[in-house]
Amino acid sequence: MQALGIDVLLKGNNFIRLIDGLCTALRISLVSVIFSIVFGIVFGIVMTYKNTVIRVVSRVYLEIVRIMPQMVLLFIVFFGTTRMFGLNLDAELASIIVFTFWGTAEMGDLVRGAVSNIPKHQYESSYALGLNKAQTYFYIVIPQTLRRLIPLSINLVTRMIKTTSLVMMIGVVEALKVTQQIIEANRMTAPNAAFGLYLTVFILYFLACWPISLLASYLEKKWSA
Amino acid sequence: MKKFKRIFAVLTAVMMIVAVAAGCSDTSSNAYNTSKKTVYRTLDEIKESGTVKIGVFSDKNPFGYVDENGEYQGYDVYFAKRLAKDLGVKAEYVSTEAANRIEYLQTGKVDIILANFTVTDERKEEVDFALPYMSVSLGVVSPDKKVIKSLNDIKDGDEVIVISGTTAETYLTENHPDIKLKKFDAYAQAKTALENGEGAAWANDNTEVIAYALQNKGYTVGIPSLGSKDTIAPAVSKGNKTLLNWINNEIKALGKEKFFHKNYEKTLADTYGKDYEEQLVVESGKVKK
Repeated sequence: MQALGIDVLLKGNNFIRLIDGLCTALRISLVSVIFSIVFGIVFGIVMTYKNTVIRVVSRVYLEIVRIMPQMVLLFIVFFGTTRMFGLNLDAELASIIVFTFWGTAEMGDLVRGAVSNIPKHQYESSYALGLNKAQTYFYIVIPQTLRRLIPLSINLVTRMIKTTSLVMMIGVVEALKVTQQIIEANRMTAPNAAFGLYLTVFILYFLACWPISLLASYLEKKWSA
Repeated sequence: MKKFKRIFAVLTAVMMIVAVAAGCSDTSSNAYNTSKKTVYRTLDEIKESGTVKIGVFSDKNPFGYVDENGEYQGYDVYFAKRLAKDLGVKAEYVSTEAANRIEYLQTGKVDIILANFTVTDERKEEVDFALPYMSVSLGVVSPDKKVIKSLNDIKDGDEVIVISGTTAETYLTENHPDIKLKKFDAYAQAKTALENGEGAAWANDNTEVIAYALQNKGYTVGIPSLGSKDTIAPAVSKGNKTLLNWINNEIKALGKEKFFHKNYEKTLADTYGKDYEEQLVVESGKVKK
């Protein structure tokens, strides 16, 4: 225990601080994931339209998100908005905006792929049954899309949880930052604590991401039946 | 499809030009300062609001770190607490990184940066520095058996250990090209090399070598101060005169009670020992030559 530096975790409020940091990371990612799924589905369906303007706009948006590192987006939203418009966003809100902006684009692309994979006869049969366009999407296309989306979006969700470690750059104290703080505060007394602490963080992240995978495989099984 | 591709290419090109232009103008001039609204809060505005926002490190022991109870501690924080107390307001600490300290001041998201901020000419163009409260330079540590007291003690066959990319490497290469250097990439490698006798001495930031000699028996800092002295000072947003003047007067006033010496003994003495107090502390903003 001593060699791994686990004892450092038990000093004072260290463990509670670490859990607190993890909660911050999960709060940012889960709120962003919910927004990303909602906006992403809308954006994905919009992207399937064959209108040139819509396609150009959505393509540009998608490319911006793909090309820009998340760190740059964080700096632009957190510091840039203050410079340009004098807006003083809360760091956590800025993180949620960036993660939603990123998640919506990626989710949208996944939705677009899933929607365009729905066979044409599904639409045609639906229209033949007298459903209008909105009804077709709501009752036929979206339910089938969601099922195809589950495995793909889980990947995105866990990636978003892991990427929250970047938000320390705009002053949000999340799990990894707390870890660094604990390691540094005990630099003299426990120089080898880093290994044990990073191992703990690894386990915590795993515990946070694993239920999501479980839920996904449960839904996949349930809906495929 | 061809038309679509062309439109897309034009759009991308325009966007890239705009982005590059915006990025360049941002770094070359501080245009945002000339806009009608100031980004910073004046002394009176801070006093009125009841809190002063101070950017500190949260993971740089012993300068700014968070203890096991979640409280900010360290040399910088000890000073920050005093500033807040004398301003008559509450201190709100913001955890900063080395890479975003200037950004925080330029957007007015903090009032003061107290994060082991070394004064350089480039940074002076971006932010305003107050009087210094600490001074650092290079140092050389060597084994007790053969202490290197000056660079002249280094014999022809001897090698000096440095870490690549540090100020120590640049300084020795530029000013003493005749001294042979043994370069390592990481702190741990350099440490092992010195312990294995691969070099006659190890040159690095003096805070680092002093802390090393204190933790490892059998090694002495023969040269505690080498090369040009760098100072560490509080910084405020460019143009924030009222706050800058107040901090400068405060630093001068604190000199009368030997505040930074007290601060050193409380926060740094454990790491650097009492011997180097005069070497590192700057009182009343006056750097000893």
